Amino acid sequence: MANITWKMEDGSEISADVNDGLNLMEAATSNNVPNIEGECGGCLSCATCHVFVDQDWFAKTGEIDDIEDTMLDMTDVERRDNSRLSCQITASPELEGLVLYVPEP
Amino acid sequence: MAETIVIVGAGQAAASFISRHTRLGSEAELHLIGEEPVPPYQRPPLSKNYLLGELERDRLFIRPPQWYAEQGITIDFGTRVESIERDTKQIRTQNGDIIAYDKLLLCTGSTARKLPASLGGDLPGVFTLRSLADVDTMAPEFRAGRKLLILGGGYIGLEAAASARKLGLNVTLLEMAERILQRVAAPETSDFIRKLHQSNGVEIRESAGMKQLCQSDGRVSGAEMEDGEEIPADLVLVGIGASANTELAEQAGLDCDNGIPVNNICQTCDPDIYAAGDCTSFIRNGRRVRLESVQNAVDQGNLVAQVLSGTDLQYDALPWFWSDQYDCKLQIAGLSTGYTSTVVRPGATHISQSTWYYADDRLIAVDAMNDTSAYAFGRKIIAADKHPSPEEVADPNTDLKALANELISELENPDPKL
Ligand SMILES: Cc1cc2nc3c(=O)[nH]c(=O)nc-3n(C[C@H](O)[C@H](O)[C@H](O)COP(=O)(O)OP(=O)(O)OC[C@H]3O[C@@H](n4cnc5c(N)ncnc54)[C@H](O)[C@@H]3O)c2cc1C
Ligand code: FES
Repeated sequence: MANITWKMEDGSEISADVNDGLNLMEAATSNNVPNIEGECGGCLSCATCHVFVDQDWFAKTGEIDDIEDTMLDMTDVERRDNSRLSCQITASPELEGLVLYVPEP
Repeated sequence: MAETIVIVGAGQAAASFISRHTRLGSEAELHLIGEEPVPPYQRPPLSKNYLLGELERDRLFIRPPQWYAEQGITIDFGTRVESIERDTKQIRTQNGDIIAYDKLLLCTGSTARKLPASLGGDLPGVFTLRSLADVDTMAPEFRAGRKLLILGGGYIGLEAAASARKLGLNVTLLEMAERILQRVAAPETSDFIRKLHQSNGVEIRESAGMKQLCQSDGRVSGAEMEDGEEIPADLVLVGIGASANTELAEQAGLDCDNGIPVNNICQTCDPDIYAAGDCTSFIRNGRRVRLESVQNAVDQGNLVAQVLSGTDLQYDALPWFWSDQYDCKLQIAGLSTGYTSTVVRPGATHISQSTWYYADDRLIAVDAMNDTSAYAFGRKIIAADKHPSPEEVADPNTDLKALANELISELENPDPKL
């Protein structure tokens, strides 16, 4: 389990305990985080699960593979150095306290 | 008093409408009525990782089951809507309940076509794949070593074939048309997918004339072909397409023809009735089309929420689709209907390739097989209404990202007149 926080542009935030093995797109949609749609269900075809990862945490969220890297080029809000597709981040105890910023189109 | 919006059908489009509606903070009261006994869920995994037993049931739900009530939405799952009375603006459910609406949203989806009973379609051991209940019934039958016969070489049949192979079944797939995916893809894509399945041990027969299913001991035992051959099977999956659920709309006097016709704000010919998802047909590039895709269900559901809250919008979202078979990721951008030519772009490896569709000199769609960059940049280029030459895209030395950026920056160059 890990406690994850999503911060919105309007300053509001949502925190939730996420079970190990769930991906953070699923965690976001089941906790009503706005602007994370997850249309393709996590199979790297929609890029609607885009988040910015707090810089201190970026390395801990894992490697970006080629497909994710390419899909990050078609996000609604332009990618930055700390962009991830949250369906590719899997919850684990190492992510306890992780903060994600949700881009707003 | 707040308006009441009644939503019929609790699937992908309904969930998308509700998510957006609640986020917009609208005052209207929602009443969601769905025939299936469960809250809205994702269907794509049904033929893929859910059938494989790799995805838990709970993870299919688009929102947690308790979410709808938490949002103050009245829900009736496991309830079919029987009729709409437009003059009094009411619907009647199977329980005889009468519910008044100010606005009605039809998200009734589509239904898998069945093989007629006269051809054996009703025999035990014959399945269709549309709902969670369908998969829960058939999954225990998918056991290693058994013979599965699939009728129809569309996406669902092909995905089920891939899942069944992974589970160790012997699979034969019959396609009546000349080639698999004939209705939705160019021959180059069909060829690629055919090879993929053949190399994974599926026997694919195209232009296959099946006479009927045969039975033994009251259960399906195979198929009898027109030439008299008998193909044995322990179970049969019928994947011969789906038809739009239009009965309700038709009975209410809305003219339907392969879908409930809607305008560019998803409104039917009755201004108080909207429709979204698989059940609709709409004009795209001068043709009436009906799509069966998550993209269309989500985008139309979304649009209706915005339109009903007063936003001035038109439906012009670019269609996209995906299908996973074995380790092949097929991703499609755009709509190939009406194409006049295609060009193939080789991928970086022998298992990747993309088919680019042109209508005259306009690029309209891309099928990308294990080539996400063809999909992603193809999608960007098509969305920007840009039209690189077929030679350019077919050349493996063309860097698609650079091409997309170049074409799109042309678009973004400020127009001096503005
Ligand atoms: C096995 C499978 C795999 C798929 N894979 C993909 C894929 O990889 N990618 C992709 O983009 N798309 C895929 N699709 C298509 C996608 O799932 C559909 O396009 C999408 O679900 C359509 O959403 P919808 O809301 O229009 O309809 P649905 O999700 O079908 O929901 C309609 C609901 O309305 C209910 N209903 C109908 N009539 C009534 C009534 N009179 N009263 C009450 N309720 C009623 C139905 O019971 C149903 O629950 C797949 C579909 C299937 C079946
Ligand atoms: S959910 Fe579609 S790419 Fe992450």
